[in-house]
Amino acid sequence: MDLVSTVRAFFAAQPPVLLLGLAGVVALLGAAGAIATVLTALKPGDAYRELRQRIASWWVMVAVLAGALLLGWQATVVVFALISFMALREFLSLAPIRKEDRPAILAAYLILLAAYGFIAADRYMFYLVFIPVWTFLGLPFLMALLGQTRGFLTTAATFHWGLVTCVYNLGFAAFLMRTPEAETLPAGAAGLVFFLLLVTEFNDVAQYVFGKLLGRHKIAPTVSPNKTWEGFLGGWLATGLLIWFAGPVFTPLAGHGLLVVALALPVAGFAGDVTMSAVKRDIGVKDTSHAIPGHGGVLDRADSLTFTAPLYFHLLALFALGKF
Amino acid sequence: MRNWLRFLLLVLVARPLALFLTGADVSGRERLPLKGPAIVAANHSSHVDTLLLLAIFPSRAVARVRPVAAADYFLKDPVIGWFSRRVIGIVPVARLKAGSGEDVLAPARAALAAGDIVVVFPEGTRGDGDELGQLKSGVARLAEAFPDAPVTPVWIQGAGRVLPKGEVVPAPLNCAVLVGEPVAWAGDRHAFMAKLRAALLALKAEAPPLRWS
Repeated sequence: MDLVSTVRAFFAAQPPVLLLGLAGVVALLGAAGAIATVLTALKPGDAYRELRQRIASWWVMVAVLAGALLLGWQATVVVFALISFMALREFLSLAPIRKEDRPAILAAYLILLAAYGFIAADRYMFYLVFIPVWTFLGLPFLMALLGQTRGFLTTAATFHWGLVTCVYNLGFAAFLMRTPEAETLPAGAAGLVFFLLLVTEFNDVAQYVFGKLLGRHKIAPTVSPNKTWEGFLGGWLATGLLIWFAGPVFTPLAGHGLLVVALALPVAGFAGDVTMSAVKRDIGVKDTSHAIPGHGGVLDRADSLTFTAPLYFHLLALFALGKF
Repeated sequence: MRNWLRFLLLVLVARPLALFLTGADVSGRERLPLKGPAIVAANHSSHVDTLLLLAIFPSRAVARVRPVAAADYFLKDPVIGWFSRRVIGIVPVARLKAGSGEDVLAPARAALAAGDIVVVFPEGTRGDGDELGQLKSGVARLAEAFPDAPVTPVWIQGAGRVLPKGEVVPAPLNCAVLVGEPVAWAGDRHAFMAKLRAALLALKAEAPPLRWS
């Protein structure tokens, strides 16, 4: 079989709606890039450097995630495991940790591997309890064996917070890929993940844009001074409408279930953003790293996703999916 | 190619390994010298420092990068010695013979004369990773011998947590690498060392906090 027909067969096997959705994202990014080019031509110099950097990074993120979704659940699990690893590494690097906790840091990475192992092995019940129950108990026990009691409770809580947000919550996005073919999925399992990523990131951008255009009244001045009521409500409305109209195209959601997701998901995205801002402010940094040019660290980009992924998963399980 | 094995190992092994262990969060990468003679002076708290510095140079410059390392530590074992010379590309300094009248910096001067980028850790040994230790003046003597070579200060934040002195298993944690503007030879050693120390401390002040106690 020659290369052209292999490629053609690869795309022919994909749900057409998913390909359309990805084409839509590519068109959006292309339009954003064209606008940035025009703006730079009108006002040369460094004024729009960060915007161009941001768009360039979006291309890379879209390429990696779209590639993983098209290749299937194996590739998606690997990519999300890497995202979780980078997010957890950022978190543990910035959070206050005691020198004696080196073995606990190594254990945290092993827990990450095991959690993604349960996704790869499709063991949903194991996954559900592994971090919230067994890690919650086991990691503090390991830390007790290490013998340092100064700041014990705080450090145990820090580790647990990092593992739940960076590993457990993000892992739900990857677990959606294990939804069986037998369920009625308009764009396949990949369509479910695609829609989660689309609306979460759309919500981030919409809140930012509405905040820039209309923002007057600060919503959480001590935590995140750039967040305004206007940005939050504008993002809520825009993302809610996107979910309401595009939801049935990519997911089996309809009626009540769709309404609940449309109302709740934008709020969860906002909550993730603000909560992670509180963590960053406590630690004393603005960005968690410079891993993604123009965006900051992985945790800066994925903060809303750590809240939206589990909520979306559970609402889908409640309203639309038989397996979970 | 002077040493293709070294080049391949640095690009295909050292770089991914450094990225995995530290995230290699570099700011000011464009300030790194790309051709010699040039001196890079960094703080030292871990073997990961050397790995990171070898990993952040662009491919076209990496063949020229040579870390100065203690002969008594890296050349005492024949296997580690071979690895240190051929792969890491160290410039050995017999630090135990310092002050004995023997010119311990001769290999470093020879490397600079050959157009290499010489990486020095002026603290002379690995510290605890929290504070900048006393700086040894060898770097000033190199700068004096090559007054036109830029001396680029680099602060590496957090390598001492990834692999502290005495530990064997590295724990992946982000490291910030801050590259500063070159420090010019000041005409005398004391003034130069003071400038270099101030430059390193200024970079340290910009680094993300290490909440590690």
